[in-house]
Amino acid sequence: MKFKKLILASSIVATGLMTNLTYAAENIKVGVLHSLSGTMAISETTLKDTVLMMIADQNAKGGLLGKKLEAVVVDPASNWPLFAEKGRELLAKEKVDVIFGSWTSVSRKSVLPVLEELNGLMFYPVQYEGEESSQNVFYTGAAPNQQAIPAVDYLMNDIGAERWVLLGTDYVYPRTTNKILEAYLLSKGVEAKDIMINYTPFGHSDWQNIVADVKTFGSTGKKTAVVSTINGDANIPFYKELGNQGISAEDIPVMAFSVGEEELSGFDTTPLVGHLAAWNYFQSVRTEENDKFIKSWKKFIGDDERVTNDPMEATYIGFKMWVKAVEKAGTTDVDAVEQAMIGIAVPNLTGGIAVMNANHHLSKPVLIGEIQANGQFEVVWSTPDTVIGDAWSDFLPVSKDLISDWTAPVSCGNFNIKTAKCSGE
Amino acid sequence: MLRIFSLLVFSCMSWFALAENAPATESNTQFETLLAQLPSTKLSKMAPLVDKIAAQPSPQVPELLQHLMEGELYYLKAANELVYAQPNQQQTYDLTSVLKTEALAPVSIYALKKIRTNNRIRGQIRDLLANMYLSNSSPAVRLQAIKQLLDNPSKTGITSITRLIKTEQEKEIRELMSVVLLIEQLEKGQTAEKLAAISQLEGRLEPTVKNALVKELKKLSASQDLSISQDKSELHKALTRAIGQMEQDGDFYQLLDYLFFGLSMGSVLLLAAIGLTITFGVMGVINMAHGEMMMLGAYTTYVIQQTFPNLIEYSLLMAVPAAFLVSGLVGVLIERGVIRFLKGRPLETLLATFGISLILQQLVRTVFSPLNRQVEAPQWMSGSLEINPIFSLTYNRLYIIIFALMVFFSLLMILKKSSLGLHVRAVSQNRDMARALSIKSSWVDAITFGLGSGVAGIAGVALSQLTNVGPNLGQDYIIDSFLVVVFGGVGSLWGTLVAAMTLGTFNKFLEPSMGPVLANIIVLVGLVLFIQKRPKGLFPQKGRSAE
Repeated sequence: MKFKKLILASSIVATGLMTNLTYAAENIKVGVLHSLSGTMAISETTLKDTVLMMIADQNAKGGLLGKKLEAVVVDPASNWPLFAEKGRELLAKEKVDVIFGSWTSVSRKSVLPVLEELNGLMFYPVQYEGEESSQNVFYTGAAPNQQAIPAVDYLMNDIGAERWVLLGTDYVYPRTTNKILEAYLLSKGVEAKDIMINYTPFGHSDWQNIVADVKTFGSTGKKTAVVSTINGDANIPFYKELGNQGISAEDIPVMAFSVGEEELSGFDTTPLVGHLAAWNYFQSVRTEENDKFIKSWKKFIGDDERVTNDPMEATYIGFKMWVKAVEKAGTTDVDAVEQAMIGIAVPNLTGGIAVMNANHHLSKPVLIGEIQANGQFEVVWSTPDTVIGDAWSDFLPVSKDLISDWTAPVSCGNFNIKTAKCSGE
Repeated sequence: MLRIFSLLVFSCMSWFALAENAPATESNTQFETLLAQLPSTKLSKMAPLVDKIAAQPSPQVPELLQHLMEGELYYLKAANELVYAQPNQQQTYDLTSVLKTEALAPVSIYALKKIRTNNRIRGQIRDLLANMYLSNSSPAVRLQAIKQLLDNPSKTGITSITRLIKTEQEKEIRELMSVVLLIEQLEKGQTAEKLAAISQLEGRLEPTVKNALVKELKKLSASQDLSISQDKSELHKALTRAIGQMEQDGDFYQLLDYLFFGLSMGSVLLLAAIGLTITFGVMGVINMAHGEMMMLGAYTTYVIQQTFPNLIEYSLLMAVPAAFLVSGLVGVLIERGVIRFLKGRPLETLLATFGISLILQQLVRTVFSPLNRQVEAPQWMSGSLEINPIFSLTYNRLYIIIFALMVFFSLLMILKKSSLGLHVRAVSQNRDMARALSIKSSWVDAITFGLGSGVAGIAGVALSQLTNVGPNLGQDYIIDSFLVVVFGGVGSLWGTLVAAMTLGTFNKFLEPSMGPVLANIIVLVGLVLFIQKRPKGLFPQKGRSAE
């Protein structure tokens, strides 16, 4: 009993001290945990710059809680274990108040235990495979039900696809997404023989067989569509081979989940015109917020040719929300901000309002765009309203009863609605 | 092929443009009202409108649809009219009015609103145009049109084919027309007609024909007990036989397909490995920077395309000697600067060349940025050579096979016939003896290393057509190159050829059933087992002092 009191007392003192320390510090520190070298540098450097731009913006407006924001940038160098180390450095040594970071799921999974151990707060800005919910992470990218499922619905209802080719790079995101999609397609009455699944290694460049297989698979008279979770470099030789073997978007459309403006920039997209991508944001959407964002991005980076993309919007929304939550809580204390975050609303760049839900996922619109000859996307379909991100897929048997709710009384990331218990406990 | 087609279409459009100056009639005003609806119509309501426009007798219809399909139809906000717009060099858009003939000044994109389409609308327009182009004066356009109609024949299409087949001069087009009619007959006709159609369709390869036959067979099996009527069972037999024949043909061509894939992959491996085999064989140097020599060759291609943007069609031809020189020169520098000081110390050379490879990668990253660079494919390298409806060879791979063999035989000739080759062979067989015979072995080393690196540069030119030109290009191929060299037997050109083709073909035959990851693993395991049995590879060096 005495011992418990002692712990309580000391923790109160400790918290007091910590708060004092934070108040004593001159600046609010924002950690940036994005790879600036290695294979992911191409994508992640852009996000680092986005955070820096947002910080500069906020400081120009007078900072936050009367203090200046200060960026602490580290480079985990596309090395997954290094994400954990650098995350620890940010939290334990630099004592940052929040982290913006990670791109690949494996890097997020590696930094997650550190965040939970040291009670840090991270904003994760990329679409991912779901099946995860942590109190210390806010997921501002799309969950599968905000990208994959609506995209498949579009192919099914608007394009009339009956046969499905699921192509992916061999790692956790495509495998989990395809598992969800396969279950979803089967539940919609698609026969197993009408689904073809294929995985290729990172950077795969010899697509002859696979594209020929797709062609044969699609020649049975039933409308065929490809759902691509192919990541990174491998996309270019893949699309090239499609063009060379004479598969046009009208014959067999390819719906990609990882190809955005950045990936297409500087590449001749004429043979790709009409192929599709599903995101929550496209640069081509004309709204006042987006025009402003694009303009300030080009000015900040000093290059008129640079494009914006979906993870940048997710970073933008995440940052704006965090600022609002800190203002609402009146402190940068992680627990207070975490609770203040829920319900915070920020306008999306493509119209509508993004709301942070109790499961730490956003409500966002889903857009489907066709690739144009200029490397931009033209929106051909969008959800009439925003869609709430679902941490746990309803189409997988292991997760269909799980929900995530970080508000009282549930306060749990994997609450089973059948047994009314948190599975993790 | 598609590009040739659109070129032709444009040439016939100028013909349409000539016929355009007809006086405004009642139908023309109706056409104009329909056009006026285009800017405000939502994408979901577009399809019926396009159908209505296509049904108009106005001569501008095909041109309009063509532009709409290619995304060049815009709405000029200020003047309130439809225009065809194309971007020009000055970042503005050149305009041509749809209805009037007077010229319009170029405008910026903000003055325009694009008439949007999507895949479905484009597909619909393609079908509509195919119907119109069936009677076109150019045979190539007619052929493309009938091919389009073969997959999606419409009612109006069938009527016009029935009419046009009588006057069609080209044999190939007439044949395809009859296939469309026969499929129609197969679907709608009486049993006797169906049987006749099947017997005429037998031996065709088009997937559409097979699909029609399979559909018919399904319908038959579902509808009736076969034993009741003899007609039906006969039909059943004929259908099964025709489908079986088609499947057999399909399997045969699939085999050819895999063979082609295998050979093309083998050629890439050959190109990548052949330079290595020379340096490895002659000097015993494990050159870890070999991949970076390929990368330099690929970047040379990129630089040449950037320097001569108007000569894309010839840039690859220019790039081959240039890449040979650049990579060869770098090779000689590496040999003179580093490797010759490490003679006879394979581990140290391995480490040194590995270091060089990292330096070169970082250098390229600094100069060209870590992003992949785009190397354009010339027209003659894109598309595919269609041999029959289910078998075609992609041009880029075809040229690379030919190119790889050319490189192989030129190297063979150099080593067999030239005095340099003689010296190289002498040094590789017995260095001390060669030196005793007054061959400058250090000079031979430098030239050999330069030659090997230069060939790697040439390989880079070919690779720029297949994969990403980026700092990591070399790394992706270095392992494969070593595999080929070790499998083929160090220093043997023929061994490299056989090894590359074997590995490529093996891989491509395994891939469809195993998937690319597992296929790679199986090839590797097989190779390990092979090396256990024959450590010197397929074609070991012979001779008294060869070790």
